[in-house]
Amino acid sequence: MVQASVAVNDLTKAYRYRRLFSGLSFVVEHNTVFAVLGSNGAGKTTLLRIICDLVPPTSGRVEITTDGRQFDAAERRAILGLVSPDLELYGELTALENLEFFAGVRGLAFSREKARELLEYVGLKGRGHDFVFTYSSGMKQRLKYAYALYHEPRILILDEPTSNLDSRGVALVEEVIRRQRERGIVIMATNEQREVSYADRTLSLA
Amino acid sequence: MFWQTVLGIWMAAVIGASFLLVPPTQGLGELGRIVIYHVPAAWVAVLAYLMAMANSVAYLRKGDLRLDRQAQVNAELGTVFCLLATVTGAIWSKAAWGWYWNWDPRQTSIFVLLMIYGAYFVLRSAIPDTDRRARLSAVYAILAFLTVPFLVFIVPRVYATLHPDLVLIAREGRQLDMDVPMLLVFLASVAGFTGLYFWLYKVQTGLENLLHKQALKRGEEL
Amino acid sequence: MRTGRFLWLKRSSAVLQKDLRVEFRTRYAYSTLMMFAVTVLVTVSFSVGGMMLESDIAAALLWIILFFSAMAGLSRTFVQEEESGTVVALKLAADPEPVYLGKLLFNIVLLFSLAVPVVPLFLVMLNLSVAMPFSFVQVVFLGCLGLSGASTILAAIVAKAAAKGALLTVLAFPVLLPLLIGAINATRSTLAGVPAEVLRPDLSLLLFYNGVAVTASLLLFEYVWNE
Repeated sequence: MVQASVAVNDLTKAYRYRRLFSGLSFVVEHNTVFAVLGSNGAGKTTLLRIICDLVPPTSGRVEITTDGRQFDAAERRAILGLVSPDLELYGELTALENLEFFAGVRGLAFSREKARELLEYVGLKGRGHDFVFTYSSGMKQRLKYAYALYHEPRILILDEPTSNLDSRGVALVEEVIRRQRERGIVIMATNEQREVSYADRTLSLA
Repeated sequence: MFWQTVLGIWMAAVIGASFLLVPPTQGLGELGRIVIYHVPAAWVAVLAYLMAMANSVAYLRKGDLRLDRQAQVNAELGTVFCLLATVTGAIWSKAAWGWYWNWDPRQTSIFVLLMIYGAYFVLRSAIPDTDRRARLSAVYAILAFLTVPFLVFIVPRVYATLHPDLVLIAREGRQLDMDVPMLLVFLASVAGFTGLYFWLYKVQTGLENLLHKQALKRGEEL
Repeated sequence: MRTGRFLWLKRSSAVLQKDLRVEFRTRYAYSTLMMFAVTVLVTVSFSVGGMMLESDIAAALLWIILFFSAMAGLSRTFVQEEESGTVVALKLAADPEPVYLGKLLFNIVLLFSLAVPVVPLFLVMLNLSVAMPFSFVQVVFLGCLGLSGASTILAAIVAKAAAKGALLTVLAFPVLLPLLIGAINATRSTLAGVPAEVLRPDLSLLLFYNGVAVTASLLLFEYVWNE
């Protein structure tokens, strides 16, 4: 069994001279759901983006290891999955084409069967051939889960996991988090009481 | 304060000597004096641009924002001296050849340098985030600089040059002869301009670092 | 499954395919490029009237048209990713090099599909005859390759800037100047007709410029793409 862990070490981030957080350190072990809480502007999203290597920290580092081996940027991409409000999928492509493209740039073989199953799992059965721009925002959110899960990441990062979702969507997210917990790590940024209750550990950003 | 005074006296002496000690040159007459200002200005422009380039490469390797500020100061100083060299060159060109601008290869290459750094400053002003600005402008500076050698090859193929060469890099028939007093004044001017560059560089980087520190402080108070 | 030498190529072609597919469905970049080129071409042809142009003026006009048209459309591929927010999804999934190569190939395809109708149209509308047709095609090919090769990374820079408007043109002009001067010079020679030895240095300059532009872009792209 592959053991993943995320270690955040003395992390500081400042935007244009304004400090968001400083000296942040924590370790998330395998089989953990970790929730980051905090008011608007506290830096939750920025923290997740730093973990995903989308934004550089002002100082400090994030170490992602599996089985004690550290990962470089390229390998990191292979084991991370992200669902976030500022991530969008291609509106001019269909849902299946989106999944096919992302499998392609990751260098994975695309399996139509697997993609269909995944779409069914996230509640988009029968909509795989529709253009994404015709989707409602809730459907787009569901598709983002398919995008984030296709390559079976060890670490799933969720920013506002249930935004735009109906009650069945919320149940889906709970299911995704539960399944991911078995497989690795979930790190999410949220303020919803219900989502916080899924977490094994929480961190509050002032 | 001591070195500023020395520099002031030195430059004043160079200016005086350029009119009193330097004889009219053969072929170029009284106009030859402009070489005392034109060439050192061009030399400092190239020096500053090379420094800016080195700073950009160093920034990409180390990611230290101080290097980015140094690159910016060097690019600014390079542009000031480049403008001085362009203007003195154009004045001389008008007097010697009858037109201010004729796309001589030297004029073309100096113009392209100005264009590159003009674009560099436009790019910097278009990016508000400091890290992003530093990174993207460093990449641009490197890319733009890489194309300069191509110009050196291609431009003379298209346009012939009339520019006089210095004695040090002279070719048959087009050299600018300098006698001993003129050469001394010329070298003194090169030294003076170089000193002026280092002094301006020190003042400017000091100022930029102070501004940065102040902004940092203000940010922490927020 | 993740190893193998052709993986790089496969990933780049996934990016290219995706961009072509999106472009084929919206035709945004292509129609902008095309309309821009046709507008300028017609303006030029209109103002020149029935005059027979000297080969050096004709060569300069051709490259002015191609340069400004390219600037109007080549930044689209990166700007679109940035504006629609897909850049985050792409960055998380793809290494920088395949993204650069895919976009470069896309821009090359785009510019070639512009040049194929526009260059003959230019020759017809200005009533020009080409003394060395084969070399002329070579020069146009290498010139367009260079235009895309050097502009693709600049387009990525522009996409990250706050004010995008005319920024690509401003940034690209000094970088592309050696290529443009070289291409204009070579085009003039092929229009007027010169011995092949005279043309060779110009062709090798264009080729060499392409090599340097693409290599430097590949090395520097990571700094533009990752933050």
